[in-house]
Amino acid sequence: MSTLLQVEELDVRHGLLQAVRHVSFEVADGETLALVGANGAGKSTLLRAIAGAHRPVGGRVVFDGRDITAMPAHRRVKTGIALVPEGRRLFPNLTVEENLSVARASGRDGRWTVDEVLAAFPLLEPLRRKRAASLSGGEQQATAIGRALMTNPRLLLLDEVSLGLAPVVVEGVYDSLRTLIESGTTIVLVEQDLTRAMGVADHVMCMLEGRVVLEGARGGLTREQVTDAYFGLRRREATA
Amino acid sequence: MSWIADIVHGILLGGFYALLASGLALMFGVMRIINLAHGSLALVGAYMALLLTEHLHISPYLALAPVLPGALIVGYLLQRTMLERSLRAGQLVPLLTTFGLLIAIANLLQRFFSPDVHSLDAGRIGPASWHVSNTLSIPWFDVLTLGIAVAVLGGLQLVLRRTQLGRELRATAEDPDTAELVGVNARAVYARATAIAVAIAALAGVFYGMRSGFDPNAGASELLYAFEAVVIGGIGSLWGTLGGGIVLGISQEVGAQINQEYFALGGHVVFLAVLVARSAYGAPRIRYALRRFA
Amino acid sequence: MTERGLQPPSPGFRIQRWTPLSVLFTGGLSGLVVVLAFAPVLLGENTQNNLIQLYFLVIMAMMWNALAGYGGLVSVGQQGFIGIGAYAAVFFSVQHGLNPYVSMLFATLIGGAVAIPVAAVVLWLRNGAFAIATWVVAEVFAILVSLDPNPAIGGGTGTSALLPFTLRYTPTQRLHYTYWAALGSVAVLLVLLFALLRSRLGGSLQAIRDDEEAAASVGVRVLLGKGILFVVAGAGCAAAGTIILAWQLSVLPLGPDSVFGINWTARMIFMVLVGGLGTFEGPIIGAVVLYVLQTYISINGVWYFVMLGGVAIGFALLLPRGIWGTIQERFNVRLLPVGYRLRIED
Repeated sequence: MSTLLQVEELDVRHGLLQAVRHVSFEVADGETLALVGANGAGKSTLLRAIAGAHRPVGGRVVFDGRDITAMPAHRRVKTGIALVPEGRRLFPNLTVEENLSVARASGRDGRWTVDEVLAAFPLLEPLRRKRAASLSGGEQQATAIGRALMTNPRLLLLDEVSLGLAPVVVEGVYDSLRTLIESGTTIVLVEQDLTRAMGVADHVMCMLEGRVVLEGARGGLTREQVTDAYFGLRRREATA
Repeated sequence: MSWIADIVHGILLGGFYALLASGLALMFGVMRIINLAHGSLALVGAYMALLLTEHLHISPYLALAPVLPGALIVGYLLQRTMLERSLRAGQLVPLLTTFGLLIAIANLLQRFFSPDVHSLDAGRIGPASWHVSNTLSIPWFDVLTLGIAVAVLGGLQLVLRRTQLGRELRATAEDPDTAELVGVNARAVYARATAIAVAIAALAGVFYGMRSGFDPNAGASELLYAFEAVVIGGIGSLWGTLGGGIVLGISQEVGAQINQEYFALGGHVVFLAVLVARSAYGAPRIRYALRRFA
Repeated sequence: MTERGLQPPSPGFRIQRWTPLSVLFTGGLSGLVVVLAFAPVLLGENTQNNLIQLYFLVIMAMMWNALAGYGGLVSVGQQGFIGIGAYAAVFFSVQHGLNPYVSMLFATLIGGAVAIPVAAVVLWLRNGAFAIATWVVAEVFAILVSLDPNPAIGGGTGTSALLPFTLRYTPTQRLHYTYWAALGSVAVLLVLLFALLRSRLGGSLQAIRDDEEAAASVGVRVLLGKGILFVVAGAGCAAAGTIILAWQLSVLPLGPDSVFGINWTARMIFMVLVGGLGTFEGPIIGAVVLYVLQTYISINGVWYFVMLGGVAIGFALLLPRGIWGTIQERFNVRLLPVGYRLRIED
């Protein structure tokens, strides 16, 4: 499998705080990587830096062989990277359908159209013309994922999709994710729920205070190892 | 009976104010920019049309053909060079830079065209009016202006609600960062909004030139009326701008009816009254009064 | 646990308000004011005339900066108060025969008083609406004055305070007294603003500027703070208006260059932007820059304003902190001690 995403020695600041320190990793085409870690570990900042919403102060992001470190966010979307941001961030006064349609700005064609998205998330079909601000958490999450899908991404970045949602709703979200994974989309997801993360991912990476402290393939890591790394009980130097 | 004439004339005047104000409302709605140079840009449109009509001997309506596209380009460049950077520098800065632009334009116009009053020829429709009664006479030109205002506002609404550009504009207005994350080029979107706003301003300017005489300093006073219309109608609402323009127009005409010199004053007083009524101070008291006495 | 008095541990830091540099500067500035007070004796008439101009420019710049830089209130209508100051002074001196300088004092107070109901109308508004409303209020004042049938006020053709002055003073005396009145006003307003900013109000204003809601939630009285600023700015601009009247003697109510004209705001924006918005020293520097440009570089009328507008734009985009603001940031220099410094002690 070829490498789709390569992150090299990435340094990202959040204000005066160094949120991401010398992070390097690779994601192969079609693979699913789960990014775990406590709050403030730098996971969201890392995703945003890959998506182009945050400028790094050092390091490189290479996508499909191209160095996109200096590329603005909207151009990255055009090359095939899509981020579902933390907190959903829908456009509150636009309807569900309009939220989906805006993403056509990416100009990428593919299997995902408004109808396809609504078919994949049937709960949204009756809500087509509803204002996004009046949706429930689960409906908003579905819309947010659908909006990212509308850009027909090759790399889908998901930031805490289970945050603030009832367990049964999260179940539905992960069902949809499984379908996506099976269809071959490359996914990096940030997830606080370890069980879910280790359930869907091929690889797991744990971050602590901006550094990668543990990584490995799904089969090669025990839950205990990940929990220890999560809380910093056993630190391991990030591989260069 | 002449009060009816005031109201009718006020509505027609409101149509002009709405036309002038719609560009302002668009820029504020999309970018939260208060363009203090809007009236000046409209005036530039009038002066450009003046140049064309004088040198090419064409009617002002025909002059719109080159003036409008030119205004689109000017607006686009204005956003990409000046306003974009002003936005990034903070909330205060666009007010300051557009104010600087207002002063610069007014004085440049004075330098290149004399301080004299000029006007554009509205053609056959100019002097024509409908004599409804002895006290009421409706000028056809003003009706045309109102019609154009409604068409422009309707067109803008259509673009905002039904087109991809409109969706991108609205999305960027609400959350520019997330819009970028779904592929929208926020800077290009803003530039297109400003381009449209300046083009509408130029259109309003040409019509202004046809309805009254203009001099280099006219930008400031007409600007104030346009702002009053936007604020009365509710910042951010396109059709509200039409309503605001009409309220302002009627207030001014009624003021003039009371005393010729009270034209502008009538508008200002109503403007301030509306603000007080809407404020945190006035609104609850008015609601209370309405409940007590209704 | 011993019974002897527990010594509280040394806190490890000290809060300092005056630094050696700021003591030096404040002392120097006071000395300069004293020296300038002797100008009527030492310097020629032309210089005095020019300095009067500088003084009212400084006042205007300080007031506009107080509103916009410290209060976040961008007012495009301060010229309303300038006009009120001038016309109130005419009212007291021409109509009621009071000593012109006493009239100027009363007019300043009137300016502050008028600011109160105006504040009641406009302070509720945000950014753009606030700016427009202040402009409208100024226009209303101008129109009311131009429509006033009172012959002392002169209506649309303007009026003059020639008589009250010439009846009492020789031209030289008028020059001297006006000079001192102007210098005195600058000094008083500087001290007043300085005291306000060093007080609790100064801290509140900083909090309001940073985050109004958060400030309100910890008990900062936002409207009161802004109100005080607005009243002081109203009085200050009125004072500037009275000085303009004493200096040029005749005033007009309408037109961009009138005493109610929008061009005063143009000048204020220029001075504050160039000097440094939100700094205490900045407006003074900006006023000096404008004064120098006005006095020594003869630019024909129209280009003067084009230059003003263009330079204002340039500074807003390239040097948004202004001359002093940039210096302050680069070198961490504070000449006038309005802030707090933390000294860590080991």
